Amino acid sequence: MTPKAAIRAEAERLHAVFVAAGAVPVEADILLPAETLLDLYGEDIRARAYVTQDPARGEMMLRPDFTVPVVQAHMAHGAEPARYCYLGEVFRKQDRVSERASEYLQVGFEVFDRTAPEAADAEVFALFQSMLADLGLRPATGDIGILMAAVRGLETTPRRRAALLRHIWRPKRFRGLLDRFAGRAPVPAARAALLERLAKGSPEALIVEAGTFVGLRSAEEITARAEALLEDAEAKPIAAPEAAMLYDLLTLEAPAAAALTHLRGMMPMLPAIGPAVDRFALRLEALAARGADVTTLPFEASHGRTSLEYYDGFVFSFHAADPSLPPVASGGRYDALTAVLGAGASIPAVGGVIRPGLVARLRGAA
Amino acid sequence: MIKIGVPSKGRLMTETFAWFGARGLAMRRTGAEREYSGAVEGMEGVELVLLAASEVPRELEAGRIDLGVTGTDLVREELADWSAVVAEVARLGFGQADLILAVPSVWVDVDTLDDLDAAAAAFRAAHGFRLRIATKYHRLVREFLTESGVADYQLVDSLGATEGTVKNLTAEAIADITSSGETLRANHLKVLSDGLILRSEAVLFRAKGSGADLGPLLARLGV
Repeated sequence: MTPKAAIRAEAERLHAVFVAAGAVPVEADILLPAETLLDLYGEDIRARAYVTQDPARGEMMLRPDFTVPVVQAHMAHGAEPARYCYLGEVFRKQDRVSERASEYLQVGFEVFDRTAPEAADAEVFALFQSMLADLGLRPATGDIGILMAAVRGLETTPRRRAALLRHIWRPKRFRGLLDRFAGRAPVPAARAALLERLAKGSPEALIVEAGTFVGLRSAEEITARAEALLEDAEAKPIAAPEAAMLYDLLTLEAPAAAALTHLRGMMPMLPAIGPAVDRFALRLEALAARGADVTTLPFEASHGRTSLEYYDGFVFSFHAADPSLPPVASGGRYDALTAVLGAGASIPAVGGVIRPGLVARLRGAA
Repeated sequence: MIKIGVPSKGRLMTETFAWFGARGLAMRRTGAEREYSGAVEGMEGVELVLLAASEVPRELEAGRIDLGVTGTDLVREELADWSAVVAEVARLGFGQADLILAVPSVWVDVDTLDDLDAAAAAFRAAHGFRLRIATKYHRLVREFLTESGVADYQLVDSLGATEGTVKNLTAEAIADITSSGETLRANHLKVLSDGLILRSEAVLFRAKGSGADLGPLLARLGV
């Protein structure tokens, strides 16, 4: 085990680099209102965050990350543009006794800037890369914005596009829906039987037939969804060539420069990704200008698509050779999150965190 | 001394006593009517500990009992890393019950988890809060829904009369143990066609941390 004092010293060293890069140090509460986090991440967060009860303030969570409180503080009274950094504990429940820490320090850096998002992406990545350069880490990058643009541009019903976008961070569910919408998976038997029943009578009559009405979900809501189901059953599958492009995009893994060429090649079939691919190209230029070798930098179109995430553009992480270790650093762009937390206002934002405990361990601190 | 934890009341207790009795280990409650103490006859060095079925998992984990009878549902709900802590010795063939997910029967548009997920998204948009599922099995239900990719729901705690929460408007759906489904029907609820979360039954568990020599006892029980 790396001594706590060595981890703290490493954290302070990393924090000082962020300050030197122009970031304003900020503090955040450790006890956060659970409601905000639950609304953002859903019930899944309970499996990862410590929930506790405050006698006066209700359910609270031990800070699972800094992004939410930092964004909230910025949206409430921050001036633009802004660069923030922070250092402190985060708490993550581990379901089994393991080496993975349930309490550890994070050092982070966040940029809120409207002017040149791709330059800000490159700034954050290059800063992290330079800070970790001596550790021989493997970088990974992605861009969820391209995938989202592809889904938004699909030639299918708005309802199907919305369902896919809603599940973009749940790859298994997303894949299941896409298989069905593309006609690659048969209509499940239960759904076929349901459609048959719905087609026989009006939803209103079926509701009456089903017995006593209980619950808050109204007959109008039930009827509306029943009608939506029937409508959806009539929808044409996503055309095969377009679907093939999307499957191709989901599995795209290549060095960044080669990935750009590949994406440009896909644009005639998926014109909707054009603006997102242009932003990707701008980012690669910005990265190259900061000294990154984009001909070798790994890129995966699906990188960062895990639950409890909120990234909607550029994503990155740095990994140690030992695959049992969590990422040493990770981050990305989360423009949509600022809109959700900003009560109407929003600002493009990108940032990331480093785990000083892992950095100290890799440096062999004793 | 080998300590066996056994449910302290109801059918689970009498059926457990019968199961051990049939294998030559006579168990009985002793003392006054409301006193939780018991005795084992038929083998030396075996002690009976009467517990609530829901306490058995934690007692096994803590090492205060070496063997214990309880439901699979309780072991998986109470112990985060259950397979590291306890091992199944024998399935006892009673106490069968299913942990299921149920919604109002009038939800004619909802038959599967897929439907539930879509209904939850629309419900949140219409009502401004996440669709409520009442249960006391938080871990099992959450893991099941996460694995199934259902979003926009919240679990609300219900320690009793879970089936009534929908009618009382404190939940939109429920996840609970059912053996026959009669209570569900009486409360105008239906089980989702893929809503079986866990098939539970009474099981004799062994504490993996136990240092006791269980060999002779298990040989006697024929397991």
